[in-house]
Amino acid sequence: MSLILENIDRLVGGETYINDVSLELQPGSFNALLGRTLSGKTSLMRLMAGLDAPTRGRVWMNGEDVTGRSVRKRNVSMVYQQFINYPNLSVYDNIASPLRLARVKRREIDRRVREIAEMLHIAPFLDRLPLELSGGQQQRTAMGRALVKDADIILFDEPLVNLDYKLREEFRDELRAVFAERNCIAVYATTEPAEALALGGNSAVLHEGRLVQYGRTEEVYHRPRTILSAEMFSEPPINIIDGCVSGTEVTFDSGWHFPLDDDLRALPAGEYRFGVRASHISLTPQAGDDIEMRMSVDLAEISGSETFLHVHNERVHLTVHLAGVHEFCVDAPVTLYVPTHKVYVFDREGAVVHIPSHLGGI
Amino acid sequence: MTKVRNNHAWWLILPMLLLVAFSAIIPLMTVVNYSVQDVFDANTRFFTGTEWFREMLNDPALQAAVLRQFAFSLTVLAIEVPLGIGIALLMPKKGWQASAVLILVTMPLLIPWNVVGSIWQIFTRGDIGLMGWSLRELGYGYNITASPVDAWATIILMDVWHWTPLIALLCYSGLRSIPDAYYQAARIDRASQWSVFRYIQLPKLTNVLVIGVLLRFMHSFMIYAEPFVLTGGGPGSSTTFLSQSLTTMAIGQQDLGPSAAFSLIYFLIILLVSWVFYTAIMNMQKDKPDGGV
Repeated sequence: MSLILENIDRLVGGETYINDVSLELQPGSFNALLGRTLSGKTSLMRLMAGLDAPTRGRVWMNGEDVTGRSVRKRNVSMVYQQFINYPNLSVYDNIASPLRLARVKRREIDRRVREIAEMLHIAPFLDRLPLELSGGQQQRTAMGRALVKDADIILFDEPLVNLDYKLREEFRDELRAVFAERNCIAVYATTEPAEALALGGNSAVLHEGRLVQYGRTEEVYHRPRTILSAEMFSEPPINIIDGCVSGTEVTFDSGWHFPLDDDLRALPAGEYRFGVRASHISLTPQAGDDIEMRMSVDLAEISGSETFLHVHNERVHLTVHLAGVHEFCVDAPVTLYVPTHKVYVFDREGAVVHIPSHLGGI
Repeated sequence: MTKVRNNHAWWLILPMLLLVAFSAIIPLMTVVNYSVQDVFDANTRFFTGTEWFREMLNDPALQAAVLRQFAFSLTVLAIEVPLGIGIALLMPKKGWQASAVLILVTMPLLIPWNVVGSIWQIFTRGDIGLMGWSLRELGYGYNITASPVDAWATIILMDVWHWTPLIALLCYSGLRSIPDAYYQAARIDRASQWSVFRYIQLPKLTNVLVIGVLLRFMHSFMIYAEPFVLTGGGPGSSTTFLSQSLTTMAIGQQDLGPSAAFSLIYFLIILLVSWVFYTAIMNMQKDKPDGGV
């Protein structure tokens, strides 16, 4: 069961929701759709499900053209951000409902409902109504409904947004286990890069209705093809510093000069944009090729056991992701070290021209 | 630290107490006062105990009015609730059509009761009324002043016309509050229109319907102006409902004692039935349906 989107456009009332997206999803694959709010994740999922028809382009399922086919005639299921269950049916009947509509035999229904409930840890609550359960259990019920019917495509539209983070971690682990044994296509929309990374599989990065990059999740993370992709796929976003290469030296906007290291020597002279991940910058030198930067502190955000340090000098603002809790005074001077061998280089248009060699180079 | 005792807060509820006293308790106690006395004039009155209550409960005319009242209330509820839900389901959801239909549907609710009575009185006249004239031209000897059936049918029709919009509006707002994702999920499940209604829309409507049914029940149980203007309770006493019997007794015949007793009985009936309704519907909600889609 493969799903192919071919040059899909979707316009609603003159506004472009989806702009020329082509995507091929393989059977048994787990695919994260990563993008900010309004990037077109939900619109794309609705097109995949058949809830909407594309304005242009074709949708192929298993080699069959299903472009105009309604969702009722496709075998898909979907889990939403809100907890959508039949309010006056018990958890058991909720999970059984797709099977009853498909006229599955009673004993078979019973077997599958109990199996799914067991897997999703809601077996003790089968007789309750959804609203008598906690949010997490309600969402498990909704997932049970989606998983029970052996759909060809299962779509998750930010299913964990309304749950607390501990539950989300649990859920993510379970989801991977559930899909490891299935041969359906799973699509999972999320706004959080960390979630996409935790889920593994493939990732598609969406921005303003366009597909920025699609590939294995680590591949997309480590080898972004454009600045946009690199920005979308890291939290906090990758730091971008503009600079000019001439000979064996790079001059940043802020007026610093640095010799290029071996890796970067091959760059022809010209203007570039240099990308440094927030987590690669450190407070202590790590290798001989570090660039030393003197900055002053804007703000230190402490989140859990991590610190996000925002710093600036005359020209650049950087975000640094530090492990552990660090305290800084506002406007305090701070010296940061950027390892040049971990730097990405993009051209003025944002296309990648250099990927750190330990990640395989360009 | 010692706790400072300060009872000044009692002053805050004083206005409310006064308001309730003047709006409810004092009038009610006046009625209670009348109901246990036989009043001749300002200075001559006799204590009668429960005599008026016994008399009222055994009065065949009033018993008939009570039955008539129940028949009327149940009939209009049985028609208005399903019809209101149906109209709400059919009303357009967005665009200018939604506003236009909303205004059209709301129109009858804005007309005062006695005006509704007058409108229908003219509407049903055999000589100049659209409905009365048309029915007669079609060969049906329609006459609300002579035929109890015609009178009943007309009053029910009038009430349905006047009050179904209330149910429709309540349901419409209830339907609007259902997130679109529910409908999508139902489409993905390949649920039929009926299943969508039965398992998504109806459960989500229960709360507004409880309010709607209660309101309509109390309302219809107190109906007065419309039949008074339309039929005057006739022909005979075939459309004389409780409030009209009461008015005739209290204002027409100045029987203050009996009518006070009767008022209290009337009040208790409404209270009792509303309570039964409410409890029944609330229990129904708690019960689990037997399932199946």
